[in-house]
Amino acid sequence: MEIEQRLRPLLLQGLEGDSNAYQRFLKELSAHLRAFLRRRLAQRPDEVEDLVQETLLAVHNQRHTYRHDMPVTAWAHAIARYKLIDWLRSHAVKGALDVPLDDAQELFSSSDSDAAQARRDLGLLLQTLPERQRLPIVHMKLEGLSVVETARLTGLSESAVKVGVHRGLKALAARIRGTA
Amino acid sequence: MKTDDLIGLLAQDAEPVASHAIEQRFAVAALAGLGGGLVLMLVLFGVRPGVVQDMALPMFWGKLVFAGLLAAGGLAVLRRLARPGMGLGHSLALLALPPLVLWGLAAVALGQAGAGERLPLVLGSTWRSCAFNIAALSLPALVASLWALRGAAPTRLAWAGAGAGLLAGALGTLAYALHCPEMAAPFLAVWYLAGMALPTLAGAWLGPRVLRW
Repeated sequence: MEIEQRLRPLLLQGLEGDSNAYQRFLKELSAHLRAFLRRRLAQRPDEVEDLVQETLLAVHNQRHTYRHDMPVTAWAHAIARYKLIDWLRSHAVKGALDVPLDDAQELFSSSDSDAAQARRDLGLLLQTLPERQRLPIVHMKLEGLSVVETARLTGLSESAVKVGVHRGLKALAARIRGTA
Repeated sequence: MKTDDLIGLLAQDAEPVASHAIEQRFAVAALAGLGGGLVLMLVLFGVRPGVVQDMALPMFWGKLVFAGLLAAGGLAVLRRLARPGMGLGHSLALLALPPLVLWGLAAVALGQAGAGERLPLVLGSTWRSCAFNIAALSLPALVASLWALRGAAPTRLAWAGAGAGLLAGALGTLAYALHCPEMAAPFLAVWYLAGMALPTLAGAWLGPRVLRW
């Protein structure tokens, strides 16, 4: 499958630490996620972008569960499906158990790069993280500083900055579950 | 935060990832669980005094092989359940084999025994406590393997919890075999499996409660 051949090298490079390839992987995946979730959540269009973000965060935090000999499409689809069912359950939506047993192709059959505004602001959730996680994320991402600059600015060591971003993203995913 | 900003943020955190991180975590959990079970066995029950003589009996080793194979099968199932989109493959067959062989041995033993000897073969002298003792010794491994799963992404939470419980039961059985005096296949076929079923059921119940991600 064409998508598999395109996404797989990008993810593999990303898993080796190539930030650019990884960004392209996430970008393309997000378009497929959006189209997939928009179809499944036709009654709740406002929630789609929230769930796209939550799923991306899950893909990122669970990227160590990807095994190199399995199709990326099957892996990503299983995560998207899990997040969708989890969301439907925690919102007590009737029919949560009736999510059709579609296959991986279903996730990649269409794509939608038109990001709507998310309802839940991850930026606000970010404010609730402890400083040593929040500051590295804010400086590096939102202000575009490098690890070295962020370390100098915050007085944290470079490895503490990296660990802070890493733990912060895990904590963010946990906060989303807490507020779901 | 816009989705593109989030993607940029995630890409910043593209640290290299070890491809066998999950296997390592399960290995640590299994060793810690087995160690915990052994310590608990020493504290609660003690090694059986005649254990050195027992080592001459094939069934002593048979019990260890049985529990060891089930632990290996449990690990094989778990590492698949821990990854999204991975089917179970043939790993379930690996799990089914040891009990089937044991039941076969038990059936043969019961068939050869006289009518009055059958019930004693099944009940042994410790049938009241055996399953509960195994379940108790499997507790450290249950905690450890659920911990390992929490570092992964199981999508079928009850099944993943059951797999963790089964692995824990097998490791608890390994520890208990050093205390347990029973050597008859019919006894093992009933009570050892019952002892493993308890943590398996507990894991299936706990899975959806503690494994969400």
